[in-house]
Amino acid sequence: MRANSDDAGYAVSLCRIVLLAVIGILLCVAVVEHPQDRLVAQLVSYHRVLVLLGQHLSIVASASALAILTAVPAGVLLTRPRFRAWTPRLIGLARIGQAVPGLAVIALSVGLLGVGTMTAILAMGLCSLLPILNNTLTGINAVDPALLAAAHGMGVAPRHVLTRVELPLALAMIMAGIRSAVTINIGAAVLAAFVGGGGLGELIITGNTISRVQVMVLGAALPMLMALAADAVFDMIDHGMKL
Amino acid sequence: MIRFENVSKWYPGGVADAVDNLSLFINEGEICVLVGSSGCGKTTTMKMINKLIEPSSGTIYLDGQNIETLDTLTLRLNIGYIIQEIGLFPHMTVAENVATIPVELGWKPLRIKARVEELLDLVDLDPRLFGRKKPRELNASQKLRVGIARALAANPMIMLMDEPFGALDPVARTRMQDEFLTIHQKIHKTIVLVTHDIDEAIRMGDRIAVMRNGRVLQFDTPREILSHPADPFVSELIGDRKALKLMNLISCAQLMHDVSEFRQTWNRDFKAGGTLPGASTIGMQATAQDALAEMFRTGERFLFVEDDSHQVQGVIELDDLFKSVSQGDDARKQ
Ligand SMILES: Nc1ncnc2c1ncn2[C@@H]1O[C@H](COP(=O)(O)OP(=O)(O)O)[C@@H](O)[C@H]1O
Ligand SMILES: [Mg+2]
Repeated sequence: MRANSDDAGYAVSLCRIVLLAVIGILLCVAVVEHPQDRLVAQLVSYHRVLVLLGQHLSIVASASALAILTAVPAGVLLTRPRFRAWTPRLIGLARIGQAVPGLAVIALSVGLLGVGTMTAILAMGLCSLLPILNNTLTGINAVDPALLAAAHGMGVAPRHVLTRVELPLALAMIMAGIRSAVTINIGAAVLAAFVGGGGLGELIITGNTISRVQVMVLGAALPMLMALAADAVFDMIDHGMKL
Repeated sequence: MIRFENVSKWYPGGVADAVDNLSLFINEGEICVLVGSSGCGKTTTMKMINKLIEPSSGTIYLDGQNIETLDTLTLRLNIGYIIQEIGLFPHMTVAENVATIPVELGWKPLRIKARVEELLDLVDLDPRLFGRKKPRELNASQKLRVGIARALAANPMIMLMDEPFGALDPVARTRMQDEFLTIHQKIHKTIVLVTHDIDEAIRMGDRIAVMRNGRVLQFDTPREILSHPADPFVSELIGDRKALKLMNLISCAQLMHDVSEFRQTWNRDFKAGGTLPGASTIGMQATAQDALAEMFRTGERFLFVEDDSHQVQGVIELDDLFKSVSQGDDARKQ
């Protein structure tokens, strides 16, 4: 029964992704094939959209990877016995940190590092690190101490207690953190264009400069569709984990 | 096998010592029960054996070796451990739970699979039926069975069990206690069992350490503790119906006497098998208490004891039951 409903959930998520991709493609086709004037035709081509999409994806992927690769190990380290007493306070700090707007962090980073893709990636990585850190700390902290006592008492080596008990049990929570991080990054990557980092944000800037709604809508809609598609991908991963 | 020498443990901020100058010697192959009310230091005592807790003073020896000199992981791998909550890993299947330590030891998959099946059979769970289940699909007894299998996986010398039957209802508890005793006869481990239930201690223990405020008040066989409690607190813990509890420890095989003698005193018609028509029989493993209950049921002052193949081996009369508890010492000498 359960497996069946998960299978169904899997299929639904897959359909959502396909549908979102089709909508995105139709939007591009509509703008490229039916530009509102020559200027739009000149500035928007399949090639340009693809390049910007690729940049956007790579910024999101790099920033997310940066966040995951720092936040998960940090969360693991900060839940080891010698730091354990601090864990609740750190969770509180991570929560407060998430309230800082991403735009402010990006603006600050430009002040420190100058413009460019690296600045955007570093700033976004920093912002999206907090939900992952928060969830890693919370997830590991929530593992029943009795399970740890059982594992340690039977002679499971501490590092294996981590990999065989703590991380698998915290995984759903950590994945939820990664999911919000990626969602944040897909939106924040629009801002990368404003600091010379490229990505779909450039379409919005272009559209704004030449005052063409068609281009702005395309630049705003594609990241939105991407965020919805990412959500569906994470749903699929969730269903996969439950099987 | 396990020796505590003047072991004390005080927790930072604790009012009194959790364990106070404790000395114990636990023999190989015996079930040693630590019994006492909550907070008397049983769990602390047990956790010092597998170094989950370090003694504040004193020394614990395992086979003559000071455990401080032994590698912690190696020591723990040689000690099966069942905590009060059993602590099965919810994300693993039953088979994976049982395989925890074999995987840790790096056994080959085929060897692990065979061992898991052997262990599930031992604890009376069908490997094909239960191997792939998750702990949340099991009832309390089944969880305990898996916990026992998991603790036994790497064939440890010693098993530590902290109130393992605590989560079971009374019926399931008695059944699991009996089954565990049967398993123990097959595996013959040195077992340290913690409980706050004196009846469980009497039922399970070869020897019982009665604890109070971190101290051992009496360390002796269940019979000795029942017939000669060393301390008013021990008497209080045993409670009333002492004679009945004592009868639980005496088997019919110990009490029965020869049938021929009995025939002469009771000049009645004996059947070919040696019993009287309509007389009731009882197994050799049954306790004196069972015999008493059976006599009350039938209203006869005797019953016959038969072996597994239903051959009459002897007879027990009501007087034998009286003697067994009113002269506890005589019964023990037999
Ligand atoms: N980690 C700890 N820190 C402080 N005091 C403890 C700790 N563990 C146990 N104690 C205290 O030590 C005493 C003995 O506890 P414990 O060994 O768990 O008793 P039992 O298992 O017999 O119920 C109790 O008074 C308890 O409050
Ligand atoms: Mg306890």
